[in-house]
Amino acid sequence: METILQLKNISQQFGERKILNHIEFDINKGEIFGLLGPSGAGKTTLVKMMTGTLVPTAGEVFMNGEKLPSLQQMSQYGFMAQSDALYQELTASENLDFFGSLYKMSKTYRKQRIQEVMEMVDLSEHLHQTVETYSGGMKRRLSLAAALIHEPELIILDEPTVGIDPVLRQSIWEELKRLKDRGVTIVVTTHVMDEAEKCDRLALLREGEVIALDTPEQLKETVGVSSIEDVFLHYGGGVR
Amino acid sequence: MNTWSIMKRILKQFRRDKRSVALMIVAPVFVLTLMWLVLDSDDTQPEIALVDVPAPVQEKVDEDAADWVEMSQPEAEEALEEASIEAMVQWENGSPSLTLEGSNPTTAGQVKEVLSEALASGSQPDIEVDFWHGADDLGLFDYIGPVLIGFFVFFFVFIVGGVSFLRERTQGTLERLLATPIKRRELVYGYLGGFGLFTIIQSILIAAFSIYVLQMYMSGQFFYVIIVTFLLALTALSLGTLLSAFAKNEFQLIQFIPLVIVPQVFFSGLFPTEGMAVWLQAIGHVMPLTYGAEALRGIMLRGEGIASFQVELYVLLGFSVLFTTLNIFALKRHRSL
Repeated sequence: METILQLKNISQQFGERKILNHIEFDINKGEIFGLLGPSGAGKTTLVKMMTGTLVPTAGEVFMNGEKLPSLQQMSQYGFMAQSDALYQELTASENLDFFGSLYKMSKTYRKQRIQEVMEMVDLSEHLHQTVETYSGGMKRRLSLAAALIHEPELIILDEPTVGIDPVLRQSIWEELKRLKDRGVTIVVTTHVMDEAEKCDRLALLREGEVIALDTPEQLKETVGVSSIEDVFLHYGGGVR
Repeated sequence: MNTWSIMKRILKQFRRDKRSVALMIVAPVFVLTLMWLVLDSDDTQPEIALVDVPAPVQEKVDEDAADWVEMSQPEAEEALEEASIEAMVQWENGSPSLTLEGSNPTTAGQVKEVLSEALASGSQPDIEVDFWHGADDLGLFDYIGPVLIGFFVFFFVFIVGGVSFLRERTQGTLERLLATPIKRRELVYGYLGGFGLFTIIQSILIAAFSIYVLQMYMSGQFFYVIIVTFLLALTALSLGTLLSAFAKNEFQLIQFIPLVIVPQVFFSGLFPTEGMAVWLQAIGHVMPLTYGAEALRGIMLRGEGIASFQVELYVLLGFSVLFTTLNIFALKRHRSL
């Protein structure tokens, strides 16, 4: 299988504090890869390394075979941050147009894509509304739309469903599945166990270390339990 | 390319954010008007009590220079005590003696001047006075006006520019932006460009208002005033965005004002610095506003041409380049590339 992201022996330290410890795994093209762990496990730090905004103190990250950070690779992925990184005074359309223009998309292509992604996240009617008037859930969806604007082959989502209602959460996951069917690779972090089950492969992260990595089914079978939560408890020693 | 995208976005945000626009244009205009009202009002005449002053001398005093009131000594002393008159002139043994109320140094000086004119013997020939720079109706507002224009532009651009750039970080869009192929310098240039365009408009409006509406004394080229004001705004913008990197939130950015902005007021020429120790004057030379104010004064009061204030222009440009470069460097904390 072809890999799109390779993490090679990543360690990260802020001063004396160790955030990540010898992390090593590959992410394959076309899969939904989940990073599951409690808050403080180092998920966001790991995501920053995958996007190339943070360089690990030790180890290397490769995207499409090129070492990060690389401006070239930065146009290859779409990123949805944990906070809704949107300009409140601008309309949805203006936000998307702005992010699109950073990827050197032509005006007509941008226009077409804005329609497409707004439809995907079911916000078409609110295209010319300013973001300030959006509800929290709408902002999450618009953030997702912004990550998809340039039709990236890889999208990296940092806790995309945090703080939103179950219906919306389901609709976001359906959207992710549709993207996967089109061949898009998806990396998603979460601390919700049942979301983890929807991933193709799952890395369990705890205190800066990958304690297990496999398909959800395989993980459960190996330990002999029926839920991911139990898998986590098994490897994590039951604390936390 | 990306620089242009950022510029366009900032201008769009300005169009929606009426409050910030108001802060950058209406606020300086408002405060300048207030200053004008306070400083350009007609000089108040000192009220001076005359105690036992002989009639021939009383006839000689200039009626318009002060309010002369005849009083008895106890009356005058009581009035001095209450500070309702500025001075009392007494006649003792054929010569005048003057008692000043004295709590306001400015009026004290004024009184002395009025009296020396009034009591001088009329035999001296009138000296013809010409002004090399300025005019005899040049008021305090005309003198500090150029500094005020510079200061308000600097102050408000610093605040708005700094807070906007900071908000990019606090609302998470900076992290998001740096996960796109934008270069750090494109982001910083975009800010300079977007705000720069806006500050040109701001500079024109504020300068035009001061000169044509408030009738601030102006003997130079309007265009030069715009250039200097614009460069000052650019310096304020680059400094504000740079310092926002060292603030965690808006409140912390506001804390820079007493450290960075207020000292500049003291050294920029609102107060005379000639008498200060050399090392103290040197502090003024690291402050952008000193150069902006000096250039503006040169243009507006002395009608200087570009040759006379070009050094100030280069220094302001230098400050902008320095702060911008440092800012591009400071962004490395958020993305090394």
